[in-house]
Amino acid sequence: MSAARKLTMAQAIAEAIGQEMEREPKVFVMGEDIGKYGGIFSATAGLLDRFGPERIMDTPISETAFIGAATGAAAEGFRPIVELMFVDFFGVCMDQIYNHLAKNTYMSGGNVRLPVVLMTAIGGGYGDAAQHSQCLYGLFAHVPGLKVVIPSNAYDAKGLIIQAIRDDNPVMYFFHKGIMGLPWMAYFEGSTTEVPQEPYTIPFGQARVVREGTDVTIVAVSQMVHKALLAATELAKENIRAEVIDLRTLVPLDTDAVVRSVAKTGRLLVADEDYVNFGLTGEIAALVAERLDTLTLKAPVRRLGVPGVPIPYSRPLEYSVIPQVQHISEACRGMLHSKLARAA
Amino acid sequence: MEPSAEQLTWMYETMLLIREYEETMAKVYLEGKLPPQIQKGLAFDIASGPVPGEMHLAAGQEPVAVGVCAHLRKEDTVVGTHRPHHFAIAKGVPLDRMTAEIFGKANGLGRGKGGHMHLFDPEHKFSCSGIVGASLPPACGAALAAKKAGKDWVAVAFFGEGAANQGSFHESLNLAALWKLPVVFVCEDNKYAISVDKEHSTAIRSNAERAAAYGIAGRAVTKNDAIEVFAAAGEAIARARKGGGPTLIEVKTDRYLGHFQGDAEVYRPKGEVEQLRKDDPIPALGARLRSRGLLGDAQDTAIREKIRTRVREVYDFARRSPYPEPREALEHVFA
Repeated sequence: MSAARKLTMAQAIAEAIGQEMEREPKVFVMGEDIGKYGGIFSATAGLLDRFGPERIMDTPISETAFIGAATGAAAEGFRPIVELMFVDFFGVCMDQIYNHLAKNTYMSGGNVRLPVVLMTAIGGGYGDAAQHSQCLYGLFAHVPGLKVVIPSNAYDAKGLIIQAIRDDNPVMYFFHKGIMGLPWMAYFEGSTTEVPQEPYTIPFGQARVVREGTDVTIVAVSQMVHKALLAATELAKENIRAEVIDLRTLVPLDTDAVVRSVAKTGRLLVADEDYVNFGLTGEIAALVAERLDTLTLKAPVRRLGVPGVPIPYSRPLEYSVIPQVQHISEACRGMLHSKLARAA
Repeated sequence: MEPSAEQLTWMYETMLLIREYEETMAKVYLEGKLPPQIQKGLAFDIASGPVPGEMHLAAGQEPVAVGVCAHLRKEDTVVGTHRPHHFAIAKGVPLDRMTAEIFGKANGLGRGKGGHMHLFDPEHKFSCSGIVGASLPPACGAALAAKKAGKDWVAVAFFGEGAANQGSFHESLNLAALWKLPVVFVCEDNKYAISVDKEHSTAIRSNAERAAAYGIAGRAVTKNDAIEVFAAAGEAIARARKGGGPTLIEVKTDRYLGHFQGDAEVYRPKGEVEQLRKDDPIPALGARLRSRGLLGDAQDTAIREKIRTRVREVYDFARRSPYPEPREALEHVFA
């Protein structure tokens, strides 16, 4: 392996896209402000100068048209990367995504291939309110036909997006604004990591045990992984050993990693920045519940997520609805003292 | 259509108020966001300070707001954009509660839940949204409601030239034309959709031409001038009130500050803003008032002082106001 240097997650993504564009002429990028601006969250910084406007294409504010165009171009053999500026904007173009991009392969009996990467910014915690702070990967994981990839750090970000670009299927790639390492938004420094110079891939469906533990399993993705790690460090001082699992991809999902960990700890906390109802936390809890013939739990499953409210603007309100480090620690402590109902 | 002396004076004072408000916000927004108070290594922290998050200011775009709102009554509806302050001020939204909302305080318009892009004032029929193009359909709805209720009220949708390429624009124009709704669509062409200029986003020169495609009247206002906006808007609003249906107006205006505060504007040619400021619409209107004997030096000084005091007052009010209790975050999902 060649010498590694530290990159922010944004730099890792831009580097990866650039390397794939050099290798494969069919890769091109469409999106709003991805050209001269380099992407609002710097995911395409420097690429316009290297590849020109024919391959780094600024679009009008016409998501239905250009995301639908990505589907059409992919069907013709190109490998488009398209950026949806904020995941919250999916509303204006969701038909093209979930009814076409997601379903054409299936409806054609596998005859149509759509190698599209749809990358988008997620996450809140910086006062951007209800229409610019959501995560929503649960929603995209719910509808069949889209792979769902969510890196928590620069190393994973590069490997996962290269994997995504080389995948012949539609991949939704979600990068959290609060871990991109931008010079204008506070971020968790653990997201900036050493990143190998050469291209590499990380397979989908492989979670990572970021921290080993024996007392409680914390499952998370994206920025929440970093909060979970901070909570685990805090809990270790109280002799509570938390195991932190970074799922990395929701579709495909590494169920075995979760099961293996819960078999060891007997306690499951799913910490999520997406809405808690009908989403990721429920899915992981259900997967464990389905395996209680072989898994033993020492405590009821706990779920942390945004509690069925739009993200409020005011700082104290926003802070209270998005799971924080202290909420994770409190939940874990509670689980150590939980009791289960007696079996019938 | 010529503005009366009262209307001229109102437009001038309101533009001054808007400009003072926006330029004050540009400074206040930066509080707490710069080193050394922030995470080490960062140049700026968007989450910090009394006004967190994004901030989109309308300095330079005042004529669009006042030229249109000069014709509007309290019962007429305005739906605005992510850059809403000038519309809200011109529509008569209470400045203190609006500022409290932008500061995230419990006595803000939305109890702190909406913030700067999501200002709601049902009493003054004002709302806005952070989603590009989202203003047009609800304006059609307000117009539809007025028509159903047999009132001569109108609705105005403001949006940018970038939004004219979004599906909701096209659907709304057709629907309004088909149902002959009393709605006026006002496009603020400030040339930029964040970093992408109109030439690189829009296949035709003028969005006013798009009106023909929907069978409605279209007017291009090519100068960032309150009186020209007033004339075009007056005609359109009169048409709507008389049952003559929708109009599309595009106003060429100037965005003096960045797309958002903190925007380095690398995509903008050097010196462009300085050049645009030479045609500042506020002194231009002031000169028109002077030439009509409606404004003198002493009067102007007094107006400006009154406005500075008022703006200082509302910002102080917002700072002094309390934050909401965290448990309030769970309230108001449903009425």
